[in-house]
Amino acid sequence: MIRTHVLICGGTGCTSSGSMKIGDKLELEIAAKGLQDEVKVVRTGCFGLCALGPVMIVYPEGTFYCNVKIDDVEEIVEEHLLKGRPVDRLVHKDVDEDVIKAKSLEETNFYKKQIRVALRNCGVIDPEQIDEYIAMDGYQALGKCLTEYTPEQVIQVVTDSGLRGRGGGGFPTGRKWSLTAPNKAPQKYVVCNADEGDPGAFMDRSVLEGDPHSIIEAMAICGYAIGATKGYVYVRAEYPIAVRRLQIAIDQAREYGLLGKDIFGSGFDFDMEIRLGAGAFVCGEETALMTSIEGNRGEPRPRPPYPAVKGLYGSPTVENNVETFANIPQIILKGAEWFASMGTEKSKGTKVFALGGKITNTGLVEIPMGTTLREIIDEIGGGVPNGKKFKAAQTGGPSGGCIPASLIDTEVDYDNLVAMGCMMGSGGLIVMDEDTCMVDMAKFFLEFTVDESCGKCTPCRVGTKRLLEMLEKITSGNGTLEDIDKLEELCNYIKANSLCGLGQTAPNPVLSTLKFFRDEYVAHVVDKKCPAGVCKDLLTFYIEPEKCKGCTKCMRNCPVNAISGSVKVPHVIDTDKCIKCGACIDNCAFKAIIKR
Amino acid sequence: MKSLAELAAIRERMQSKVNIRENNASMRIVVGMATCGISAGARPVLNAFVEGVANAGLSNKATVSQTGCIGICQYEPVVEVYNGDEKVTYVNMTPEKVAKVIEDHIKNGKVVAEYTIGAATK
Repeated sequence: MIRTHVLICGGTGCTSSGSMKIGDKLELEIAAKGLQDEVKVVRTGCFGLCALGPVMIVYPEGTFYCNVKIDDVEEIVEEHLLKGRPVDRLVHKDVDEDVIKAKSLEETNFYKKQIRVALRNCGVIDPEQIDEYIAMDGYQALGKCLTEYTPEQVIQVVTDSGLRGRGGGGFPTGRKWSLTAPNKAPQKYVVCNADEGDPGAFMDRSVLEGDPHSIIEAMAICGYAIGATKGYVYVRAEYPIAVRRLQIAIDQAREYGLLGKDIFGSGFDFDMEIRLGAGAFVCGEETALMTSIEGNRGEPRPRPPYPAVKGLYGSPTVENNVETFANIPQIILKGAEWFASMGTEKSKGTKVFALGGKITNTGLVEIPMGTTLREIIDEIGGGVPNGKKFKAAQTGGPSGGCIPASLIDTEVDYDNLVAMGCMMGSGGLIVMDEDTCMVDMAKFFLEFTVDESCGKCTPCRVGTKRLLEMLEKITSGNGTLEDIDKLEELCNYIKANSLCGLGQTAPNPVLSTLKFFRDEYVAHVVDKKCPAGVCKDLLTFYIEPEKCKGCTKCMRNCPVNAISGSVKVPHVIDTDKCIKCGACIDNCAFKAIIKR
Repeated sequence: MKSLAELAAIRERMQSKVNIRENNASMRIVVGMATCGISAGARPVLNAFVEGVANAGLSNKATVSQTGCIGICQYEPVVEVYNGDEKVTYVNMTPEKVAKVIEDHIKNGKVVAEYTIGAATK
């Protein structure tokens, strides 16, 4: 009889730091101690605390281990699983604690404020076992819809819940379904957008990896509601674990008759397939995505007609994002009122954010809409590391904007972010500290959109390229005040004239940094300085003679021999030769080298 | 699968296997499993509890876990049952005694006084 479950994260983050090998070793050690009939190893999806991976939880105690190495396995098995003594040195500690207070996951600062709806099964079940999903009320929502609800009633529940699209735009999901349902056609489609393209966002991947059945169930529910019998999941080929687990899940669902003909004897047929994307950012745009599924080059087309009327293969189509779908079964089971009781007036429910950048707890968090940025960053995220000051947070990736430190108490929801010139996007949240140059950051995102522009429309193809060139001019110290005005003008032009969302939102990082950090742009063009010390062309490296002990270490480490001097005499940098690589700063024990 | 009843059957069967991860049972049965406990026969006691609780359908009510040395090695195997703030310590446990503890204490809330440390030290 099994008395203990050891859950080990099998998400992409922990897998890349060796969690699969740790799982294998665990099973070996458990067998060696003769505990194989008492202790079960379960490989789950993402727990969320990716920064501390590989992570592991031992139930029933709920002991939360992090940064587990393969060499720790023997000790865990011997001490904890055999003798019942948790290995304290591996138990998770919150940043401000010297002693272990939180022994279980739910008690940590990282989890305390989270409410997991879309991620509820991630890190809890084995995603490759349909039975475990069923144990967690899986497919009950589909059963309820097919046997108790009419399609109209299903749409009503989704509409009443106030659920809005989690992929970026925030379009009300119920309205999308109700616009598609009445359109008569021999074939309609349900499409799941898993082409997660924003740099830094990985919640869709985690849902597919950790709870793939929730997507299958939700798509079948959607199919029933709108009268579609065929579904496609468009997922990028760069997500091999997600693709594999989703395929396993589809096969299992078919075997159980949860996909296929006459589901639950209701007469409703639904089946689905995976389509792999090659990773083009533009394919996350709904019309480009459908074009790509059809086998054509992924380019957007003008709307209207909207997909609700003419979508995939010219048929009425509903396209929702992974996280949106992941909420559906819970809404059906727990009711629209339950979902609508969370969040703010116009943004209901919870949202998953991928925390990244200069933050202690890199990972995935799911919180009610309306949580303040301060709670997300300081309490859940554990704050900015190394005692640095928080400067801004970028939301919505290359389509979004930044929230400066002065607005850290803003309640995060769709409308507040749009009012600030940001957008929710898919929920990537990149934290930046005082060492980040905002002009350089805008340039980074522009480089991304220039690369990813599909080239179909001129404002986006040429406009973003020109924008990038202007930013390069500014960061290289050749910009003028006039350039800043021109930059702004071009941004607004691209926004107004591009064909699809990619181009319409591409200038957002520039516009929002101009709005909140215009002084940094001015510093680059007037003072020819980069206040954060990032833009190389505007920096000179300098050795402070009073601090330099003449140890010669910097001289020996300079790759271009730009440093001269003799032992115990302060050294000097030849700024003509210096390539500003920073090797000297890294090697100086006396902090004598400064950028200025 | 052609009916909701079949789905419910799978759910029923599987729930007892995964609810160990829910961590929301009100009672905790903790078996001392340090060297002294193991040598005194704590392992069969632990297994008896695991099986007994599952078979009695009490998995939602009580979890069974292990701990290290409790400090009263002469009374091992020692089992502590936590229910909120209340703690009951059973001593000199055997697999045979486990059934009664599950039936009386875990299921019906009646402490088996004769197995407790109070009775042993009298």
